[in-house]
Amino acid sequence: MSLAGEVMLVAGKDLRIEARARVTVSQVLPFGAIVLLLFAFALDPDRGRLAAVAPGLFWVAVLLAALLAIGRSFGIEQQNGARDGLRLSGIDGAAVFLGKTVAIGVQLLALEVVLGLGVAALYGVDVTSVPVLILAGLAATAGLAATGTLFGVLAAGLRTRETLLPLLLLPVITPVMLGATRAFESGLGGDASQAWPWIALLGLFAVLYLSVGVLAFGPLWEDT
Amino acid sequence: MSVAKTPVGGVSEACWAVVPLVRLRSVVCLLGRFPALAGVDLDVARGEIVLLTGPNGAGKTTLLRVLAGLLPVHRGEVEVLGQDLTIDRRAHRRGLGLVGHDTACYDDLTTRENLAFAARASGRDAANADVALERLGLTAQAGVTHGRLSAGQRRRLAIAVALCRDPQLLLLDEPHAGLDAAGRVLLDEIVAGAPGEGRTVLLASHELDLTRPLATREVAVVGGRASVLAARSVPDAPAEIPEPAK
Repeated sequence: MSLAGEVMLVAGKDLRIEARARVTVSQVLPFGAIVLLLFAFALDPDRGRLAAVAPGLFWVAVLLAALLAIGRSFGIEQQNGARDGLRLSGIDGAAVFLGKTVAIGVQLLALEVVLGLGVAALYGVDVTSVPVLILAGLAATAGLAATGTLFGVLAAGLRTRETLLPLLLLPVITPVMLGATRAFESGLGGDASQAWPWIALLGLFAVLYLSVGVLAFGPLWEDT
Repeated sequence: MSVAKTPVGGVSEACWAVVPLVRLRSVVCLLGRFPALAGVDLDVARGEIVLLTGPNGAGKTTLLRVLAGLLPVHRGEVEVLGQDLTIDRRAHRRGLGLVGHDTACYDDLTTRENLAFAARASGRDAANADVALERLGLTAQAGVTHGRLSAGQRRRLAIAVALCRDPQLLLLDEPHAGLDAAGRVLLDEIVAGAPGEGRTVLLASHELDLTRPLATREVAVVGGRASVLAARSVPDAPAEIPEPAK
């Protein structure tokens, strides 16, 4: 089987499991929505102020929800020794990495669409450039999913994985949070032309961590 | 005896019958600082059914996991299916099936989906899933998710997963555990028929009354060391062991 075939096999398996277990719909999505609501209550019901900080709040909500999705992606491999089965199958570590990245990315994109609608409804933001939002969203999601998958496998075999994953991931993901927030500020009421350097940064980060993941995930998958 | 260094698919037909499938020399495997295997020497020829016996904690499961490449070897030599596991623990995996303590399946996938995934991930035809379903008597549970199967059905599924990979080397760790009488008979038939299908079996078990009659050789594992207890001829072994699927 080709690398692409193995990637789609792993991604399809993870997405099928999530579709059937409905953890994303029943837990991850409500969690993200609650985070948005709490921010809305905590900051101020003043809509002008909320609209100004909406991009940052949106990406914080996405990041926190992503931690659940990433933990879940490796949690299913720990149940019943499924990870051993996947290792025994001989599927290349790079294919497992890319497949899990694709599956997490698809879940995050769905989450972002729903949370984005929630932000528009709760915070009263004005959309000035849809292409900027789409490109920034795609690049940030790719970076977040790739980084999350790479660090997820580091924590996967440990009993402390739920607490260790945020500690490992959050500092590393700072450039994504920064770039995505700035790009979304430009696409939500700001000057869209100022978004492109941030989108380039997001793209570079995604390519960097996808490359590192393809090279490093296999040994980590075997030995952690 | 020389051991082929070439990958499984490259072993010539003439070599097929004389190459030992498993060769271990002074193998040490540490779990933390504890030597779970403390110098194991073992050769297993193609078509053998080797029974591993020994008390709990003796190292039987560790030995099977080392052979599967799931645990690293810290000292010694391990060759399985012509691959040196001290160099690469992954290259031989598509030639083996492991039934461990866990099923290695996903709770939210159905029996058929788990089998089809295992077959396809191992580079085999997804149709192997249906063959394995029927062989293990799981056709009625094909659409049931793993999480809803009984313990015995899960055990059957674990065996089916190993078989649908079409393995040359079958590693079975306490495979009778949780099986009902019919399941045990089915498993015994599978083990007894393995050499005729080109498979070699290493079987760790405490159910000696069930497994001794199946085995061509018995190896005791005590304190992380293996020693051959008994060997007998293989009355039903085929004259020519068929070459397994590549």
